[in-house]
Amino acid sequence: MAVVFERPKSLLDVPTHYCPGCTHGIVHRIICEVIDEMGLEGDTVGVVPVGCSVMAYDYFGCDVIEAPHGRAPAVATGVKRANPEKTVFTYQGDGDLAAIGTCETVHSAARGENIVVVFINNTIYGMTGGQMAPTTIPGQITQTTPYGRDVKTAGYPVRMCEMLSTLDGVALAQRVSVDSVPHIREAKKAIRKAFENEKEKRGFSIIEVLSTCPTNWGLTPLEAIKRLQDEMIPYYPLGVYKDITGEETK
Amino acid sequence: MTTEILLAGFGGQGVLFAGKILAYCALTDGKELSWLPSYGPEMRGGTANCSVCVSDEPIGSPLVTAPDILVAMNQPSFDKFINAVKPNGFAFIDSSLVESKCERKDISCYYLPSTSMANENGLQGGSNMILLGKIIKETKIFTLDTVKKAIEKVVPPTKEKLIKNNFKAIELGMNE
Amino acid sequence: MLEKIERNLMKGNEALAESAIRADCKCFFGYPITPQTELAAYMAKRMPKVNGVFLQAESEIAAINMVLGAASTGVRAMTSSSSPGISLKSEGISYLAASDVPALIVNVQRGGPGLGGIQPSQADYWQATRAMGHGDFHILVFAPASVQEMVDMVPKAFDTAEKYRMPAMLLADGLLGQMMEPVSLPEPSKSKCDKSGWAADGHKFKRPHHIINSLYLQPDDLEKLVVERFKRYETVKANETDAELYLTEDCDILLCAYGASARVAKTAVNMARKIGIKAGLFRPKTLYPFPVNELNEAAKTAKCLLDVEMSMGQMIDDVKLAINCSKPVHFYGRTGGAIPVPADVLEKIKTLGGEL
Repeated sequence: MAVVFERPKSLLDVPTHYCPGCTHGIVHRIICEVIDEMGLEGDTVGVVPVGCSVMAYDYFGCDVIEAPHGRAPAVATGVKRANPEKTVFTYQGDGDLAAIGTCETVHSAARGENIVVVFINNTIYGMTGGQMAPTTIPGQITQTTPYGRDVKTAGYPVRMCEMLSTLDGVALAQRVSVDSVPHIREAKKAIRKAFENEKEKRGFSIIEVLSTCPTNWGLTPLEAIKRLQDEMIPYYPLGVYKDITGEETK
Repeated sequence: MTTEILLAGFGGQGVLFAGKILAYCALTDGKELSWLPSYGPEMRGGTANCSVCVSDEPIGSPLVTAPDILVAMNQPSFDKFINAVKPNGFAFIDSSLVESKCERKDISCYYLPSTSMANENGLQGGSNMILLGKIIKETKIFTLDTVKKAIEKVVPPTKEKLIKNNFKAIELGMNE
Repeated sequence: MLEKIERNLMKGNEALAESAIRADCKCFFGYPITPQTELAAYMAKRMPKVNGVFLQAESEIAAINMVLGAASTGVRAMTSSSSPGISLKSEGISYLAASDVPALIVNVQRGGPGLGGIQPSQADYWQATRAMGHGDFHILVFAPASVQEMVDMVPKAFDTAEKYRMPAMLLADGLLGQMMEPVSLPEPSKSKCDKSGWAADGHKFKRPHHIINSLYLQPDDLEKLVVERFKRYETVKANETDAELYLTEDCDILLCAYGASARVAKTAVNMARKIGIKAGLFRPKTLYPFPVNELNEAAKTAKCLLDVEMSMGQMIDDVKLAINCSKPVHFYGRTGGAIPVPADVLEKIKTLGGEL
């Protein structure tokens, strides 16, 4: 019987710890599909964050380093500088990348570190139980914004792709989503392009993936997808913010 | 025997450089030595000083607080350190910039208008080396040959003119 | 013969950097801070010429994490800083220790706490030996007392770090970093340690994937790992201590000092001997592991001990513990960047001499 769908080889066959309806699994799969298609697994080192995906080292088949909170781009810089021929990617959530690790993110981008950064934006801290993230949308209720994020006291969200697109070291800054099949396909193309950029030594590529967190949003998986579409995409428009190749992602 | 030398002046007068030459002299002669600069904001035009120890034995504390030889290149340095010189020690003073005279009778003081001498001989910035020339003449701590070798080690060969000027300044000090 | 070896005159910071390059250190990640800046500047100049990596990071935090990344792939990597910067690195050092990744950290100490000052100090002893970050762990701590030792301890620190898979620190200070002394540089050497069992440098489909990690959510798992690590520390304590004993065979007063203050103490010991006081010096070259047996050997004939530090007294705790408080341990110290002078230490010795 012909196999029409199977687990990517570089995605390990282990039970997942992610919640039902969480989109981490989709993004893990996309990354591993790209790694398989490009034949990179044996020479890849992944760097994973602190947050829900802290244990991503149990899923990725390549070698993996678990970095201190927010420091993944610095750890990845160390790996890449010591091993310029290896493929190096980070996988980070919004708290990790856009709050505690903003400095490392911005400066590795400014240096044009030749790495791939996959940025999961679900507008909330998941692992610690649903606190305000740097990307929490104004009005959004979280454990630490129980009356909704009030910009007068909690300030405004950070739009990372827009911000990073101003830096010369950035090769690709693109925001994608995994709420629908067409968007998932687009996300995969973007992630593939990021890995190709690394292969061609073009510099820093960041793919921001709008994701869900049904558990901490207090929604069912389907409601969560709807929130992503109705509330997140208007606030965080999808698209290419910078692409030094000038190519349309086909 | 250990000789402890303290060089002091404004940043930019070549205090550290003169200390470095003394350190290389000790190295050339196969002695034990240490060279310890003051560092930090003082280097940017404030007071700068430099401790050099020369010995036949390993150096213990490299910090010179009671020098056998003091080089005072400005008034604040003279005021601060002249009473710290060990009895029977030496003080070499740039009298172009230090107005006071030492009242101690238990040390040998030499006053040279080294800044003026340097300027008059077209050796701007050579005051430190003029005083160094005087030191080797009066204390015999190193020979002229050793000092010349040290200068050649410290100043890169590409700066030949600088080497010659330093030689000239040393000799000027020796002839005073 | 000493004379036969070519002697160079180098600053401690620069000599240490050159020694690291000769010890096959491939990556240096740093951030400017006085009084260690020459070390980074030397690396910036030399590393590109030997196909090494020099990178000025955006922060001390980033620098230590770059070390974590590079060292996790099995290469020799290091960073250097001075006291306030080391505090920032403590997070990363904890992760290095918890992930069993060997690396070298240099602390050219200055006065503290807070921004403190920039003059030489030894006020980070507790931090280095007791509390280099959160959690149950130790790092190796080497204490050079001369420019030559700043050179010699670098390959030793790398080798020992790799042997036990733990971070190593060279705990120097502004005086040692800034001073020049004659120094003989070692021939280039390479790591003899096989890291293929753990390095995360790409598995090439020849082995299971390697994970460099410090997260263990099950208490039993974490406890097992920490206990294993502490067994390793016992081996370290048994095998890796090093100390200099100077005129200790017949001493009445044993001075205890490390690094720059040991140089001052040694001069004071010589001065005391000249006036008939039997003084001796115990100088630990490793602070973790602390040379307990060597200290007890040195203290055999001593009636009392005098601990000399450029701090308010931190190593003195280890001195007292090592001799189990069996003899009086006195203290003389200067702090905030002040350097003790031999004459003052001698005065203290004299007052103790009167008590004998």
